[in-house]
Amino acid sequence: MIEVKNLIKSFDENEIVKDVSTTFIKGKTNLIIGQSGSGKTVLLKCLLGLYAPDSGEIIYDGVSNKMMNDSNKTLLRREMGMVFQGSALFDSMTVLENVKFPLTMLTEKDDEEVRQRAEIAIQRVDLEKDFNKLPSELSGGMQKRVAIARAIVMNPKYLFCDEPNSGLDPKTAIIIDKLIQEITKEFNITTIVNSHDMNSVMEIGEKILFLVNGEKNWEGTNKEIFKTDNQSISDFVYSSELLKKVKKYL
Amino acid sequence: MFYLSDIGKYFIMIRMSFFKPCKWKILRKLIFKEINDLIIESIPIVSILSFFIGAVISIQTALNLSSPFLSKSLIGFATRQSVILEFAPTFMSIIMAGKVGSFITSSIGTMRVTEQIDALEVMGINPLNYLVFPKIIALLFYPFVITIAMFVAIFGGFLAMTFAGVSGEAFITGIQMDFEPYHIIYAYIKTFLFAIILATVPSFHGFYMKGGALEVGKASTLSFVWTSIIIIVVNFITTQLLLS
Repeated sequence: MIEVKNLIKSFDENEIVKDVSTTFIKGKTNLIIGQSGSGKTVLLKCLLGLYAPDSGEIIYDGVSNKMMNDSNKTLLRREMGMVFQGSALFDSMTVLENVKFPLTMLTEKDDEEVRQRAEIAIQRVDLEKDFNKLPSELSGGMQKRVAIARAIVMNPKYLFCDEPNSGLDPKTAIIIDKLIQEITKEFNITTIVNSHDMNSVMEIGEKILFLVNGEKNWEGTNKEIFKTDNQSISDFVYSSELLKKVKKYL
Repeated sequence: MFYLSDIGKYFIMIRMSFFKPCKWKILRKLIFKEINDLIIESIPIVSILSFFIGAVISIQTALNLSSPFLSKSLIGFATRQSVILEFAPTFMSIIMAGKVGSFITSSIGTMRVTEQIDALEVMGINPLNYLVFPKIIALLFYPFVITIAMFVAIFGGFLAMTFAGVSGEAFITGIQMDFEPYHIIYAYIKTFLFAIILATVPSFHGFYMKGGALEVGKASTLSFVWTSIIIIVVNFITTQLLLS
């Protein structure tokens, strides 16, 4: 579980994340949604420790970021897995090498054990036939799956996904969403997905945080989203004409 | 102020590249890869350029020594001095700023654009140690490249003079004339400093670049410009300190 208390983050004079407080629940898929520029990525990078908050507190399973020194932060990062928007796979490495990479770099396991664990992670995302392919030989969806395998290979306590569906067709996007949700349940981890994809919201949004201009505007579940009176979230979710018509029949 | 903060950032980057080191097994692999990419793969271009520039230096020297009272051995002498003092260490380094520097900036810059550096940071790996440190170590072998440049350039001069009808014996006498071993030390001190510049300035431009694919190209150009300027300025300072 990750608790965020009164988090503020600014760049120069611009306050990007404004006094956000929320809780991301363990074993559930937590979504941060909002329009482009609403502060989703900055909030995610604060949670990852890539940006230091100006004020406020982030508590990871009872341990506050304020109590951590540099080596604690390094150890915490080893408990985090991240799926980047563009997958961020290492171009010169094969699928297997990409997934092995965190294990090789950060653990003292022997080569055989590293290989076995990487193979298990790759099999989990159904890419066992593509062990020796380079990222450039894979489709966007397959690259995302490799990124997920690399993120889970260290058995993380926290999984972060930054717009995992961007650039994917709707069918592949749902497969990736489902995979993230299954992995969250299977490993009982705290998963935080940054998204503005409505399919993701409806499919896997077990806990949703809606940001508007860096402020928390609404939070709830994908079921509650249909019943809410909050105009901003309704306008965001039912932004297309088609969905507005669908809403009338709900 | 802008440049001052960049200079500070540059030295912090160098310092940070020695901290939180990766496992030696991994670093060793990376260093060998960088030696291959930055040193071994540079030898062919360095050899070709050195051979022809050495030949041109000796031909131009010969053209300017038309007086019958001047010994032909002066051609060998002038070629040796030009090559050892300036051509091999300084001008070859500027050429290498184009070849090696652009390669370093574009490869690190592409990793920045495609979030690969962020991925390293998230994993708790020091990206500067992983990316920059092996390049610094690999470029410590750069004096080897410059040694090849020196030999090949003088050999190019020798062959050009042989074809032009100047006796090889006179050229070799010129090469050995008034030889100052200190000039070699001076050349290698410069080469060592240029190697550090070649590894770190392009890494700095790649690592801290912002934007997309277009900016990678711009960063490579900027890196070449700054690396060349810094090499020329450092060349002036070291020459002033060591030879004047």
